[in-house]
Amino acid sequence: MTTVDAFIAANRFGLGPKGGYLGGIATDPQSWLLRQLGTEDGALPYLKGLPSSEEIVRAWMQARGSREMRKMFNKNRVKPLFRREIRLRTRAAIETDTPFRERLVRFWSNHFTVSITKGRVRGIAGAFEREAIRPFVTGNFGEMLLAVTRHPAMLVYLDNQTSVGPTSRVGERRGKGLNENLAREILELHTLGVNGGYTQNDVIALAKMLTGWSVAGKRSSQVGQFKFSPRRHEPGTKQLLGKRYPEEGEQEAEQALRDLADHPSTARFIATKLARHFVVDNPSKDVIDQLQRKFRETDGDLGAMARELITLGTVWDQPLTKVKSPGELVISAFRMLGLPEKSKHLIQPLRLLGQLPFSAPSPAGWPDTASDWVSPESLLRRIEMMDLLARRQNKRHDPVTLAEQAFGPVAREETLLAIKRAPSRRAAHALLLTSPEFQRR
Amino acid sequence: MTSRRDFLIGASATGVSCAFSAPGLALANADTGKRLVLVVLRGGMDGLAAFPPIGDPNYEALRRGLLQTMDNTIKLDRRFAMHRSLAPLATHYKKGDMAVIHAIAGPQRTRSHFDAQNVLENGATKAHLLLDGWLNRALSVIDKRKQRLGLAVGYNTPPVMRGTTPVASWAPARIPPSPTHLLDTLGSLYKSDPVLGRALSEGRRAQAMTGAVLGNTKMKRGNMRNPGRFKTLAESAGRLLAAEQSARIAVIEMGGWDTHANQGADTGRLARNLGLLANGLDELSNRLKPVWQDTVICVVTEFGRTVRMNGSKGTDHGTGGAAILLGGAVAGGRVATHWPGLGEDSLYGGRDLAPTADMRGLFKTVLHDHLNVSSSTLESSVFPDSKNAIPPPGKLIRS
Repeated sequence: MTTVDAFIAANRFGLGPKGGYLGGIATDPQSWLLRQLGTEDGALPYLKGLPSSEEIVRAWMQARGSREMRKMFNKNRVKPLFRREIRLRTRAAIETDTPFRERLVRFWSNHFTVSITKGRVRGIAGAFEREAIRPFVTGNFGEMLLAVTRHPAMLVYLDNQTSVGPTSRVGERRGKGLNENLAREILELHTLGVNGGYTQNDVIALAKMLTGWSVAGKRSSQVGQFKFSPRRHEPGTKQLLGKRYPEEGEQEAEQALRDLADHPSTARFIATKLARHFVVDNPSKDVIDQLQRKFRETDGDLGAMARELITLGTVWDQPLTKVKSPGELVISAFRMLGLPEKSKHLIQPLRLLGQLPFSAPSPAGWPDTASDWVSPESLLRRIEMMDLLARRQNKRHDPVTLAEQAFGPVAREETLLAIKRAPSRRAAHALLLTSPEFQRR
Repeated sequence: MTSRRDFLIGASATGVSCAFSAPGLALANADTGKRLVLVVLRGGMDGLAAFPPIGDPNYEALRRGLLQTMDNTIKLDRRFAMHRSLAPLATHYKKGDMAVIHAIAGPQRTRSHFDAQNVLENGATKAHLLLDGWLNRALSVIDKRKQRLGLAVGYNTPPVMRGTTPVASWAPARIPPSPTHLLDTLGSLYKSDPVLGRALSEGRRAQAMTGAVLGNTKMKRGNMRNPGRFKTLAESAGRLLAAEQSARIAVIEMGGWDTHANQGADTGRLARNLGLLANGLDELSNRLKPVWQDTVICVVTEFGRTVRMNGSKGTDHGTGGAAILLGGAVAGGRVATHWPGLGEDSLYGGRDLAPTADMRGLFKTVLHDHLNVSSSTLESSVFPDSKNAIPPPGKLIRS
């Protein structure tokens, strides 16, 4: 077992070694990864005490009497809650001893993006990840898809809350109609993929099936929870991807989501995205085929998919194939250097490098290739930010030892030499954080 | 064709040498004096709200819930009006410096943002068919000496400008600049890294060039596509393009157009965004005044939106949309469209404005008539398979 494997395990599949120390991983990197899939989520202790989406939505519904009250609620409750949520989430990623699990959480959270670019999502974006993503990352894809689609954050983010069957009771009385947003993104971004073989009629059919999937209002006893509202549901048989779904209320969309999770296009789409994220920007057909087969064989067992990623020969062949996203870069820097002294310095680098948690620009989530993250402008920003982190760093690490430890056998002579020759400690730390060995994973 | 590797070495060599020369000398005697700004509105602007077809007999009935009050619109001609929030552009229209293109769309019928944006930018007949952007391919003939006449405004180079022709980029500073020795050392550490190496040398080169014109422009933190940032980006782009030894062709992005819910009419979400767009374009035109006669600003979006209101007082992804041409070089003062009409039989798929012009036709006209890119180059490399792409009717660029 070489330490190159340890480096790959810690960086390609993890969030960088804590304190730069690869020692604990080096004895058996693969088992180190596998163990994380079988144990409890190491981030959970750091996320204790955060409110559930139900609590937040209930409080919000009760507060929204007037415009003024809504404003106050946002200012006094939602904003501080969001800040706390993203601080704890970031801290959890820095501290966790199951970083592979954490990477899977981030991957799936990004696959099923909800974003505060829609203001009403702000209070419950974090709860969405805690409730609909985190518990499922080694579970079943179809179950995750259901949990995600029923979650208030997704129903609000993609407007299903306001979608009404045109010939439903509410639709006829108030002249309201469909909103296709959620249905389209489920087909295009969550399951089949844009070339997965669906048409505009399929979008409309799924949108009809999803009518009535909403969040219970304040007059309901289940306020803040998922609720199926028959009065908004479009009645009648629907046809999706050639299959007829007789009228069955809430169960229609549930069945449709299960069928979509089982669709071969979904297996292909998920396999491609996982390979692109964990292996290389342009994964080979063989790698995608292998992952796709595993998805089909196991009916979308995401734990099995994660294990399959580790067993791919090609991921151990070559280190540093991927450029880190800003989020991965900042988290790995803090894992190496330790938490910043001021808590505001925890989030600021993420914001300034353009990857504030839960704020992806569109439902497609953050992009996942080097050309999306490294432009001339953004690279200069990265370097500036790493230099700033180096300046704020005042622990007594020796940068050369740190580099030798953290980069292990992938460290190039010239990088170590440059760090050794740096004119100051700050400059040495800055070089450590900006070197190709640290910018890539 | 140069291989990718040759190109990278060439680019990094220029980058290093220029980073140390006086910034103002980065570019002498650019190969063209013409200016082009491409503004990409991401999310799908509702063209029927921006430029309502008031003369169409079906307009009022179909747009129920989204109609602007008549006295609140600005009349362009007998058939079309302009949203009140675009008022800062009215004088340009009157002077003949602005043309509105209506019922235009890309060549692929798709209601996916991501595919529609991709095809808007790659210039192919389909999404993901070509990996680089059409503007970058056009730059390879406009900017033969690789003087970085192209400029990406914002933190990321938009796909339309990505490719093998090196382009400059600018974004406002938010973090203190890195020490020179760090950048110098990284220059050599990144040499064998094709991605990081190229980006660093391009970045340093761009910094030198734009620093000379703009100094250190500060801007509030946040997303560069946020509509509220558009004016600052437009202003800086204008200053850079107006400078003598600087870029000539810029791309700016602006988000916030995906109005699925509560779109509004006279006021509201869309009205606010249109206002921000108009103010930004007006600022851009002020900055470009010295070169206004040589300027074309082209504002496009990935698709229009559904003609009817959806269940959430918004509109869903549609097909035919609107575009704007603005600038002293524009033969404007008119709405250029083969108007398909909003009759039930004319709507695309029974729900969208039918496109009668191809976005590639518009881009080809601008590149050919304004920037003198030859037809053969346009057909062969910039927009392959675009012979049948229908341009908007009439003359768009003054001769």
